[in-house]
Amino acid sequence: MRSVLSSRWAGLLLLAVVIALLPLGLKNNFQFDIAVRIGFNAIVVIGLNLLIGYAGQISLGHAGFLGLAAYFSAITVTRYGWPPLVSLLAAATLVGLLAFIIARPVLRLKGHYLAMATLGLGIIISIVLNQEAGLTGGPDGMAVDPFTIGAFKLVKAREWYWLVGALLWLAVWLSLNLIDSPVGRALRAVHGSEVAAEVVGVDTTRYKVMVFVLSAVFASVVGSLQAHYVSFISPQQAGFFQSVEWVIMVVLGGMASTYGAVIGAVILTALPQVLTALEDYEHMIFGLIMMLVMILLPKGIVPSAGALLRRVSSKAEGGK
Amino acid sequence: MTLLNVENLSKEFGGVHAISDLTFTINPGTIHSIIGPNGAGKTTLFNLITGVYTPSAGRVLFQDQPVTGLRPNELAARGMSRTFQNLQIFMNMTALENVLVGRHLHLNTGILPSLFRWPAIGRGDRAATVMAKDLMAFVGLEKYIGWDADAMPYGALKRLEIARALAAEPKLLLLDEPAAGLNATESREIDEVIKKVAAQGVTVVLVEHDMKMVMEISDHILVLDYGRKLTEGTPAEVRQNPDVIAAYLGQVG
Amino acid sequence: MLGEFLQYLFSGLTSGAIYALVGLGFALIYNASHVINFAQGEFVMLGGMGTVFIAAAGVPLPLAGLLAVLLATVVGFALEKLAVEQTRNASVVTLIIITIGASIFVRGGAQVAFDKQFHTLPSFSGDTPINILGATITPQSLWVLGITVVIVLLLQYFFTRTLLGKAILATSHNPMAARLVGINVNAILLMSFGLSAALGAVAGILITPITSTNYEVGIMLGLKGFCAAILGGLGSGFGAIAGGVILGVAEALGAGYISSEYKDVIAFVIILAALFFMPSGLFGKRGTDRV
Repeated sequence: MRSVLSSRWAGLLLLAVVIALLPLGLKNNFQFDIAVRIGFNAIVVIGLNLLIGYAGQISLGHAGFLGLAAYFSAITVTRYGWPPLVSLLAAATLVGLLAFIIARPVLRLKGHYLAMATLGLGIIISIVLNQEAGLTGGPDGMAVDPFTIGAFKLVKAREWYWLVGALLWLAVWLSLNLIDSPVGRALRAVHGSEVAAEVVGVDTTRYKVMVFVLSAVFASVVGSLQAHYVSFISPQQAGFFQSVEWVIMVVLGGMASTYGAVIGAVILTALPQVLTALEDYEHMIFGLIMMLVMILLPKGIVPSAGALLRRVSSKAEGGK
Repeated sequence: MTLLNVENLSKEFGGVHAISDLTFTINPGTIHSIIGPNGAGKTTLFNLITGVYTPSAGRVLFQDQPVTGLRPNELAARGMSRTFQNLQIFMNMTALENVLVGRHLHLNTGILPSLFRWPAIGRGDRAATVMAKDLMAFVGLEKYIGWDADAMPYGALKRLEIARALAAEPKLLLLDEPAAGLNATESREIDEVIKKVAAQGVTVVLVEHDMKMVMEISDHILVLDYGRKLTEGTPAEVRQNPDVIAAYLGQVG
Repeated sequence: MLGEFLQYLFSGLTSGAIYALVGLGFALIYNASHVINFAQGEFVMLGGMGTVFIAAAGVPLPLAGLLAVLLATVVGFALEKLAVEQTRNASVVTLIIITIGASIFVRGGAQVAFDKQFHTLPSFSGDTPINILGATITPQSLWVLGITVVIVLLLQYFFTRTLLGKAILATSHNPMAARLVGINVNAILLMSFGLSAALGAVAGILITPITSTNYEVGIMLGLKGFCAAILGGLGSGFGAIAGGVILGVAEALGAGYISSEYKDVIAFVIILAALFFMPSGLFGKRGTDRV
């Protein structure tokens, strides 16, 4: 137990050091921008990993939650002058409530049927955002006022970096806490065998609903912040592709691994930036890399790397 | 007081009666076995009692309270726990974590305390871990404490299910073929575990094919045939019942 | 009134037939491997775009179509052989992500090998609409419906009358038992990918004269095919066809009578409603979990 605890704090410390030192290596605004986007994606993916990786459920609709929160913040702040932080909290509450309401019927479904239902919900949300142009600006999107806390205004990517970095660290901490608790074990038990979890007293519906709501709230908070950060939102952010991309990040980084979620977000956010140099071949190479990683490391990067390390170290011990 | 009353219980699957009009009681502090040929409805009966299936008719009373239609987790909270004929192990967890899940009902499962890791969570888990390790030792699994469940042999997983069920501190423990697939030595060891469990005051209901084991450890036996009660009584009574000899034991020897 | 309704119905049946073909492709691969092949839509794209570009190179149209179907089939084989078969014990989710990677790869490849423009094909037999009870139907729609029916009948024959078809069915029911009686499960997987690729490509060729095609057309059609397969109940061929037709007709009626902007919303609401009442689709296997 003690070793688990200490490895937990070691990981969190390492993450804090990386977040603190990374700006030394970032040369320009563009690189800070990518770092901020990685942070945003990572927070969503950490939430989604709790749902997908740990509880074994799936959602192809979380971009809908992000989109709703983004538009809620954009409209209330830009049109009605709400303080952004109030708007963010209100959005998170509303999105959480919406997720709570739809979770019960949706999470009765399993596997591919659940994927289909969440996909449908996400697409419905993005179509509504597209069509209600009077409210949302339609396909053209809408401009969003910057994020302010009191008199302090966040504009530059450099400034955002610290906020997002702190939130990312917080998200990792919360995720690690949750997983290493009776609730976390209940979530994993739902994944392992629902019926076995139930006969020892785990209310599987409660935990599925809870983790669905929690992951929606993570997406909601990011949605509100991202709207201010990009200072412009369009229905694309709420689209199907965004949802799929996050699921890919979860699986690529490694299911049921909080740090895997972060790694998945880093790779899939940064890779397209690197590949733009290839111009027309960008998508081909991107698809190819995705396939190769999953073929070579079917459990995802972090768990596969962990297994490799364990093998190497046990071999070293065996040699003694 | 009786611990469990099953009254006129029936279950149909698309017109086929898996259990029909079954009535029996289970007294506290006994080892109670349910036997019968394959397809007699033993596992279906377990699923009905533990809330995995809802009965088509009839009712179940647990500690004199009607519990028909309650979810398995609600029944677990009232003191019922079970194992499965086809293993239902959390293969994505370690052996110890499997047993810890069994502790679920006795731990703080608030979402905010868990997210922010209030000190009570750590304290609860440390105590639960001590108990889970004891339980693993109790069923003879001390050497598997650090193992991943998916790396453990079949026989050990059968015991792991028992340890997990015991972690919930049940009043009634239902074991669905605990010795199935085990060799003679392992079978005898499971025997001992069941006797130890009963000695601690837990009422055990057992579905088992191993007749030697059933006759040796049961206080009371219920014989099912085609979803109906053929007879019930002490091992001696059941052994001499001509119907049982004809329908069941007769086939064996 | 009737004319208007029939008009919507015809258009719905036409797109429904396409969704059904794509959905059948999903069902085939699902049965063989329990994988949802998210690259299914790219086979549709390859059929249409392939025909356009092979014909542009001077090959007569019917032959170009045949070559395009062949091209898609080869890509289907390659996907199975080089990717799916390489990941022996990978989880279903991993396999699905691999097919998403494959779809991005194929789409990217099409963008390079073909182009990013919209293209169309001439209708198979002219464009003179046919009047039926106040509604009109284009000859191409009839081609779509006719060929879909023929394909469905052929598949029906294949799966119930031929040894290979029966072997595929047996494998989907119980791969272990199939292996024991000497069925080469990998060969069955390969066949399934090839067959569903060919199905998708045919759908892509059929629809191109009506809706035109480009390198991204597979995304939406693949999605609709997935919806059809799920609505009908995964793994059920009949379900996929029914699901496709219901989806197409619902969209068309929704667009006609309620709102064309919200036609997809209407379609998804129907699917969600259906799933809430029938969590395994309309014709999917349901049954109590055995424990």
